[in-house]
Amino acid sequence: MSYNKELYQRVILDHNKNPKNFREIKNATHSSHGFNPLCGDDYTVYLTVDDDEVIQDAGFVGAGCAISKSSASLMTATLKGKKIDEARVIFDQFHKMVLGELDPEKDENRLGKLKLFVGIREYPSRIKCASLGWHTAIAALDKAEDITTE
Amino acid sequence: MADASTVKIKTPAFDVEAIRKDFPILSQTVHGKPLIYLDNAATTQKPRQVIDRMYKFESEEYGTVRRGAYKISEHSTQLYEESRQKMAGFLGAPTKDEIVFTSGTTQAINLVAYSYGRKFIGAGDEIIISNIEHHANTVPWQVLCEEKGAVLKVIPVNDDGDLVMEEYDRLLNAKTKLVAVNHVSNALGTVNPIKEIIRKAHDAGAKVMIDGAQSAPHMKIDVQDLDCDFYTFSGHKMYAPSGIGGLFGKMEVLETMPPYVTGGDMILQVTLEKSTYQKPPSRFEAGTPPISQVIGLGEAIDYLNAIGIEKIGEYEHSLLEYGTRLLSDIEGLRIIGQAREKAALISFYLEDAHPHDVVTILDEDGIAVRGGHHCAQPTMKRFGVPATTRASMSFYNTPEELDALAASIQRCIKIFS
Ligand SMILES: Cc1ncc(COP(=O)(O)O)c(C=O)c1O
Repeated sequence: MSYNKELYQRVILDHNKNPKNFREIKNATHSSHGFNPLCGDDYTVYLTVDDDEVIQDAGFVGAGCAISKSSASLMTATLKGKKIDEARVIFDQFHKMVLGELDPEKDENRLGKLKLFVGIREYPSRIKCASLGWHTAIAALDKAEDITTE
Repeated sequence: MADASTVKIKTPAFDVEAIRKDFPILSQTVHGKPLIYLDNAATTQKPRQVIDRMYKFESEEYGTVRRGAYKISEHSTQLYEESRQKMAGFLGAPTKDEIVFTSGTTQAINLVAYSYGRKFIGAGDEIIISNIEHHANTVPWQVLCEEKGAVLKVIPVNDDGDLVMEEYDRLLNAKTKLVAVNHVSNALGTVNPIKEIIRKAHDAGAKVMIDGAQSAPHMKIDVQDLDCDFYTFSGHKMYAPSGIGGLFGKMEVLETMPPYVTGGDMILQVTLEKSTYQKPPSRFEAGTPPISQVIGLGEAIDYLNAIGIEKIGEYEHSLLEYGTRLLSDIEGLRIIGQAREKAALISFYLEDAHPHDVVTILDEDGIAVRGGHHCAQPTMKRFGVPATTRASMSFYNTPEELDALAASIQRCIKIFS
C-alpha cells in the first residue's frame, strides 16, 4: 500500500497546536463526554443539528495527546454540513481504516483529509486515541452522555 | 547536554557490559534500533540463567507439587520449597513458611484485604494508605471499607513527592487497624520512610502491610528489622517470570487468618459437611501453583544475590543521578517527584508533548518507556498532570542509554514545538 506511514505529519501536528472548532457550543443540540481511562484523554464534543438532520456546527473542548486532539479537530471540520447518516458512514469508514480493514487508496470512501490517519494502523495502541473524538460524537448523536473507550 | 564519555559512573566493581550479556533481549532491535529498555518499573527482563533454569525444569524435571509420591513430583516439590526458602532469605524472613506464594502483588494485597481485613476490620475502624499508591494498594481497601463500613484515610504527599509525616502522625489513632503503603512509589520513585511508618503504626496498635513490588529488586530488604506484618513482592519486577509473587507475613499473624481462596492443597481434611485448614503457607495456596515460575523466581534470587543487591542499588543510584542531571537540563521538561530518597525512576512531563506521543516518538528510537497514569490516578491528580512519561532503570542499563533517552526527548520537543 502506498500511504504515508509517518504518524506525526505536519498537518496532524498543526491541528494539535491549533485545533479547529476548539470551543464549547452553548446551545448545541447534542453533546457528549468521552474519556480514555488508560491515558486520561478527555473531550466533550458539541453538535448543532437542524431539523433536516444536517450538522450545522461542531465543536470540542478537552485535553489529550496530539493524535486524539488533531483527530477531533479534523473530525469537527469534516462533520460540518454533513447529514447525520453521512456522519455515521464516514465514522464507520474511518474506524475501518485505522483498524486496517479499509484501504483508503483502493476501497471507495468519503474520508477526504481523514486519510491522513491511515498510519495509525501501524500503532495498535493509538487507535483509541484517533477514534475517541469520533466515538464521542457518535455517542452525542445517539444521546449517550458519557462514554469511555474501555 | 552532558556527554557520556566525560561522565564516569563510579562503580568500578560493576561490570555492566558483562551483565548485559546475561540478558538475551537486550541484543534485540526495535524499528531497526538497539532496544533500550527503560520500563523496568512495569516489568523486568530475564537473565539467561532464569530462562535456562525454567527450560531445564520444564524439559527434564517437571512434576506436580505437594501431591505425588513419585520421584519427579517429590523432586519438583523440593525445588518449589527451595525457592520459598530463597525468597525468605531474600527478604530476611525468619522462616520459609512465612512466605506465601500468590500470582503477584495484586493478589497478595487482596489476600491481606480479604483474609485479614474481613476478619479483623469492622465498622468505624480505619485503614491508612497514602496519596502515592498503585491502584492495587487502593482499590482492595476501598472495597473492604465499603463492605465493612470502615474508613479509608490517606497520607498526603508534598510537592516533592515525600509523604507528609506530620499528617500521618495526626491520622493514627486507636481506631487505626491497618496501615498499607508502598516501600517505593511506582509513579514517582519516592522511597518511603517505612521503618518509621511501621513503628508508629505499631505504637498505635495497628498492623502494617508494605507493598514491596518496586523495592524488593532494588534494595536490601529485612522484614525482621522493619518489623512489618506483611511485605508483598512481584516476581516479574525482579527478573523472574510473571504469574508468581507473594508476600511475607509474620507467622503469628498468618495463623490467625482464614483462607482466602479455597479448594485443594489448602485443607487438612474434608468431609461433605466441613473442612479443616492447613497451616500457613499452604492454607493460602489453594490449587496447583505456577510451578516452573516459582523455580524461575528461585533462580532469579540466586542471580541477584550473586551480583549483590547492595551493589545493584548503588549502581542504579548512580544511573538515577546521571539521568536526573541530563533530564533537568532539558528546557520544558518537568520532573514529577523529587523526593529526598528515590529509586532509579524518573517521571517527567513535557510542556508541549503529551506522554502518549512521547512514548511513540521514543519507541521509534528503540526506547521503551511508559506513558500514562501508572495505575496511580490519585497521584497524577495530586501533581496536576493527566499522565507522565516514566523512565525506570535497572542495573543492566547504561549511561549511554540515558544519553540516547535525552536525545530522543529533545527530538520529541522539536517535533511538537
Ligand atoms: C507499587 C506497585 N504495587 C503493585 C503493583 C501491582 O503488581 P502486579 O501487577 O505484579 O500484581 C505494581 C505493579 O505495577 C506496583 O508498581
